[in-house]
Amino acid sequence: MADPGAVTTVQPNLAADREETLAVEDVSVRLGGRAVLHDVRFSIQAGEFVGLIGSNGAGKTTLLRVILGLQKPATGQVRIGGKAATRRNAGIGYVPQKIELDPDMPLRARDLVGLGLDGNRFGIPLPSSGRREMVEEMLDAVGAAAFADSRVGTLSGGEQQRVMIAHALISKPRLLLLDEPLANLDIRSEQEIVSLLARISKERRVAVLISAHEINPLLPVMDRVVYMAAGRAASGTTGEVVRPEVLTRLYGHHVDVVHLHGRVLVVAGQDDEPALGPRDDTHVLHTDPAPADSDNAGRR
Amino acid sequence: MNSILQSVFEPGFFASAPVRVALLAGGMAGLVSSVVGIFAVMRGQSYAGHALADISVTGGAASYLVGITPLWGFAGVGVAAAAAMDLIGVQRRRGRDLATGVVRGAALGLAALFLYWGTTSTSTTGATVTVLFGSIFTISTSTAAVAALLGALALGIVAGLYRPLLLSSASPELAFARGIPVRATGALCLVAIALAVSLSALTIGAILSTALLVGPAAAALRLTSKPGVAILWSVVIGLAATWLGVLLAYDSYYWPPAHQGWPVSFFVVAVVLFFYLLAQFARPAGTRRDKAAAGQAEAGG
Repeated sequence: MADPGAVTTVQPNLAADREETLAVEDVSVRLGGRAVLHDVRFSIQAGEFVGLIGSNGAGKTTLLRVILGLQKPATGQVRIGGKAATRRNAGIGYVPQKIELDPDMPLRARDLVGLGLDGNRFGIPLPSSGRREMVEEMLDAVGAAAFADSRVGTLSGGEQQRVMIAHALISKPRLLLLDEPLANLDIRSEQEIVSLLARISKERRVAVLISAHEINPLLPVMDRVVYMAAGRAASGTTGEVVRPEVLTRLYGHHVDVVHLHGRVLVVAGQDDEPALGPRDDTHVLHTDPAPADSDNAGRR
Repeated sequence: MNSILQSVFEPGFFASAPVRVALLAGGMAGLVSSVVGIFAVMRGQSYAGHALADISVTGGAASYLVGITPLWGFAGVGVAAAAAMDLIGVQRRRGRDLATGVVRGAALGLAALFLYWGTTSTSTTGATVTVLFGSIFTISTSTAAVAALLGALALGIVAGLYRPLLLSSASPELAFARGIPVRATGALCLVAIALAVSLSALTIGAILSTALLVGPAAAALRLTSKPGVAILWSVVIGLAATWLGVLLAYDSYYWPPAHQGWPVSFFVVAVVLFFYLLAQFARPAGTRRDKAAAGQAEAGG
């Protein structure tokens, strides 16, 4: 992988950009004798918004568990801000998948955001204006001020997702991980959450890694993509990764990429069609970020 | 004015030593049960509280046979059962419910045996009534002191773990992500529930203790959307129920049919039910549902 510092970026803060917030280095995981992750390698820098795309069983959740320090890789390592991944890493804000909140629970949105700040502390919190202001600022930042005093369990999926993001973000992590945050959201909320996350990553210089089944909702805002299939990953800009020859090698069978009004459709090809390039089991794809041919290069 | 007061507090109410101990021990039971109850209800552990109450009957009955205060039996067996319930694990709901149900049945069977022995050896039904329906007016001061100590322990657990408990009650996944040891937090909460149940078992009886654990909390959940305020409401209702229960029971010595007084437990549970029903009329707080905003037409783009 090329030195990320060599990449010319549109961000002015070069010193911060060079710092890798997350570095996944040749990570392999075997579970029950089966290779779940196979030499996965990519990195994310401060302020980058990266999508982790793949279908069920592609290895997305296992990869997130490795980053969270919950799963030890068989080989390779994960570094967050230069340090090895550990459990209870204060540098990571995590929004788990499918949170079910009881509508009868007396807990307002602002209470849940406050618990993101000090939910792991002992004792009863004393009223503090500093804490209240931080919660208020966070609620504003995610657009949750209007329903801050409602019970979280009674909010809609999109509203709850905003509260979860505020909950994860208020402790000022350098990396924000979200596991399938767009699942079960209607199209409108989906777009709102994606643009909220993109704005947060740029304004707060947080590295955002978001897992999803579908690439299209993320296409307009993604800086880079990590595309996963059967435990392997290809990373780079969408222009570099979402190409038939790259995805065909990743999936191990013929795949076509259809462009349609700025969206992409990844579809399985016919068996009798020739695969574009031989499959090599020992070779793993890594396309380096190269903004020259990136479709995102000029985007702010 | 004086005559009204006199008709509310029948003669000798505050001068009576058993009444004062009853007000103290009952107040402690009401306080602890209503605070711990909020977490029991939020965590969906009211069934666990119910099971702990039934299982602790065994301890109460055994204590009676041995000749010590039933409180030790209630608390000892209750906490042991809480630990066992945690060991059974939380992996699968059905497996846990079945195991709890089987253990609960076995414990009640043992309690029946102990109570039978207790009844035949003394030729009274005192043991059964005391263990199952409480004995708030016959609590010794030393037992009341132990009750205060156990109650303080339960309150200490809940106060110390307030935020981790709140977060893991809302969502175990979020709590885990925040680095909270969810399993240990849950186990300690179960111990607090067992202690709360043992205090209620001592005062209003093992069978009725769940009413004091669940009732005030269930009413409070409807009255506010703030967790701290919910606890305050629960405490107000819990204390009102136990103290009103003691007062009404004392006054009922002058009531028909037998002029022998009605049991405290009846009044406590009746007052809890009254507050619970009253709370059902309150519009649930914090459940904003402006469908207009939620179903707004999509903006272009």
